[in-house]
Amino acid sequence: MTTLIVGASVAGIRTAQALRMVGHRDAITLIGEELHQPYDKPPLSKECLAEPGEPVPLLSNDDLVALDVELRLGVRATSLDAERRVVRTSTGESFDYDRLVIATGVTPRSLPGAQHLAGVHTVRTYDDAAAVRASLAAGRRVVVVGGGFIGAEVASAARAQGLPVDLVEPQDVPMTHLFGVEVATEISRLHELNGTVVHAGVGVAGLEGDGGVTGVRLTDGRRLDADLVVVGIGAAPATDWLLGSGLPVDDGVLCDEQLRVIGFPDVYAAGDVARWPMPFGERPVRVEHWTNANEHAALVAATITGGAPPRPQPPYVWSDQYGRRIQIVGTPRAGRAARLVGSVTEAAFVAIFADDDGRTVGALVLDDARTLMRCRKAVAARTPVCELQLGVPAAVRA
Amino acid sequence: MQERRFACASDELEPGTSMTVPGDPPVAVFRNEAGDFFATADTCTHEDWSLGTDSDLDDEEVTCPLHMARFDIRTGKPLCFPATVALATFEVEVAADGRVYVVV
Ligand SMILES: Cc1cc2nc3c(=O)[nH]c(=O)nc-3n(C[C@H](O)[C@H](O)[C@H](O)COP(=O)(O)OP(=O)(O)OC[C@H]3O[C@@H](n4cnc5c(N)ncnc54)[C@H](O)[C@@H]3O)c2cc1C
Ligand code: FES
Repeated sequence: MTTLIVGASVAGIRTAQALRMVGHRDAITLIGEELHQPYDKPPLSKECLAEPGEPVPLLSNDDLVALDVELRLGVRATSLDAERRVVRTSTGESFDYDRLVIATGVTPRSLPGAQHLAGVHTVRTYDDAAAVRASLAAGRRVVVVGGGFIGAEVASAARAQGLPVDLVEPQDVPMTHLFGVEVATEISRLHELNGTVVHAGVGVAGLEGDGGVTGVRLTDGRRLDADLVVVGIGAAPATDWLLGSGLPVDDGVLCDEQLRVIGFPDVYAAGDVARWPMPFGERPVRVEHWTNANEHAALVAATITGGAPPRPQPPYVWSDQYGRRIQIVGTPRAGRAARLVGSVTEAAFVAIFADDDGRTVGALVLDDARTLMRCRKAVAARTPVCELQLGVPAAVRA
Repeated sequence: MQERRFACASDELEPGTSMTVPGDPPVAVFRNEAGDFFATADTCTHEDWSLGTDSDLDDEEVTCPLHMARFDIRTGKPLCFPATVALATFEVEVAADGRVYVVV
């Protein structure tokens, strides 16, 4: 019996680890498009932009050897024949499987014309991050397109190096779709306080340049100088290779609660690519969070081996910006900001989100891990916000 | 060489909470709801976080607030990703006078 895992990053590697941890002895083959040894993604828009170095490995060489998997790097899956149980690849090979785990993650969206211009980047791979870091080190004039987590982290890295940064965001306030305007406004003050110029409520009309990018044209007619443009406008599931396979693909691979692909009992999906009815949600969603990829890996391993599924955990994501740590637990957008404590100019800031019945559905916490953990319990228990004991946020802890 | 390091007076640590005892290595001392004491290495085995100072204790399970790794405080065993390496565990001695020591 062979278990084939496609995608050798967070979800793929953790699935292999989890399978071995629960005693799965079958052959495991892992194929991944990238050439680097499997590495972690969150540092790409954080540490990796600050100084030259190496990708942060997902596991040590010794652990990789102990995992006893056939790891094929630089191999891209190009098609799936689910009936014959074969994956074909860019190298012209065919990989047979008894069980298939799809862990191909997402591919970042870019801007029209970006591929013809030097100096326009997305950040998804180590090579992307290395290219952005090199441009930052060369002292570029930076435009960041998109005020989401990755955009904000890139802006923060560029400001840390003293570079001028313009950030373009189509919503009136970045992050409004996730946190509502009040909390989003507070959080985006971090940009102003740190010298990033935010151009909100405006889109990108086009990129300028001949060979290398020289500027960004905005939909309101303005133009921003740039010799480095970093685009962080979201990502689409990497499912192009599944076209024609018959698998249910609709903004991700559709799975059941145990991450079995619907209608295909020997196929599973994990991580950013998987759309599933998560325990703390209502309808099937795709979650692009690192802990979700870790949790999926453990769940897929349990499903494959028939073990007890791990206890579901509330959704969690973090982002490091301007030396501050933002942590989000639960699903803020499922509710409304019900209680705010502190502010971004104080040691900590906390926003608690409640549903229509006043129960805690999520929280955003800046620099207060203890309060975050209290909120996490409240999310799991759906505690009424009025019963939540919140002190004055503690001082920033190292 | 074993070291017997003073942690706290037993009534200083509320059930369901934890503390860090500085030293080399720093040690996390946990007290469960039943009032029993447990000690592990203070630093999360995933990255770098002090579990004694800032973490969430639920029965015998501690959760690291950085990336939500969980450990069993009795055995140090990792219970979920991203932790795959166990925390070292240490013996706790509660003296007759109520003073709590860790044996490192
Ligand atoms: C820059 C950046 C910063 C982030 N920061 C945070 C953060 O601070 N906190 C947080 O919670 N989350 C963060 N995330 C999100 C988190 O990293 C992802 O949720 C996680 O990496 C998902 O893992 P995955 O394995 O599902 O997908 P990916 O990490 O995208 O891995 C998929 C892998 O599959 C490979 N692949 C794709 N198609 C094929 C194919 N056809 N054949 C073979 N291989 C293929 C890809 O090359 C890739 O290596 C960040 C992501 C990025 C990009
Ligand atoms: S440092 Fe503890 S979970 Fe990452």
